[in-house]
Amino acid sequence: MGECGCNNTKTRLIYSCSGCADVGEIADQVARKLTRDGYGKMTCLASISAGISGTIASAKGADENITLDGCSVACARKTLENIGVKPTETYILTDMYLEKGKTSVSEEIINVVSEQIKHGIVSRTQPKKEQENNKNTGCSCGSC
Amino acid sequence: MKIEILGMGCPKCKKTTQNAQMAVEELGIDAEIIKVEELDKITEYGVMMTPALVIDGEVKVAGKIPAKQEIMTWIKEKTNQ
Repeated sequence: MGECGCNNTKTRLIYSCSGCADVGEIADQVARKLTRDGYGKMTCLASISAGISGTIASAKGADENITLDGCSVACARKTLENIGVKPTETYILTDMYLEKGKTSVSEEIINVVSEQIKHGIVSRTQPKKEQENNKNTGCSCGSC
Repeated sequence: MKIEILGMGCPKCKKTTQNAQMAVEELGIDAEIIKVEELDKITEYGVMMTPALVIDGEVKVAGKIPAKQEIMTWIKEKTNQ
C-alpha cells in the first residue's frame, strides 16, 4: 500500500505497460526504479484491467498518475483512459529514442530513462518530431 | 450490507467512519460498519492510499474522505441492485 491520506503528501502512482518487447521490459524496470528512488509508487496495471475496485479507486483518487509505455500502442495510457482517468503525465519510450526490438535492457538505459523522467528532460507532450527539430537548435555534438 | 473503512486510524479515517455512520442513520438501513486497520487486509483490496471505503466488497473511494451524500448515493445504488 502507498500511504495514509493524512500525510498531505502528493500521491504519485506509476503504471508501466510491462509489455513483452524490450521497451516494455525497460518501462517496467524504470517504474520499479522510480519507486525505489521514492519518486512515486508503481502500481499494477493488470489489476486495473482486471477491474479490481481498490486499484481503480486509487487511480481515481491519486493526485498524479504517470504512465510509462514501451511503444506508441500506449497500453498503459489507454488502460487508464478506459476507466475514465486521464494520466497526469504519459511517457512513450520509443518517443525517447529507444527502438522497439533493438534496445538492450541494460541498467544504463534504465537509469538514463529514469533520470529523464525525474528531471523532466523529456516532455510528456513533446512528440518525437518536435524533439528532432529541437535537437537541431541545441548542442551540435550529435550525440546528446 | 457491510461497509468497511480501510485505514490505520488517522483523523481522515475517523471522519470517513463518521460520515458512513451518518449516511447509514439517515437512510435507516441495516448496515454493519467495520474499521479495517490491519495493513495486510488493506493491501488485499489493492488500495494504494487510505482512507478507503468499501461497500459489500467493492472499493468505492481511496485516498480521500467521501462526503455523507456520496456514501448515501453508493448505498442506494447497492440496495437497488
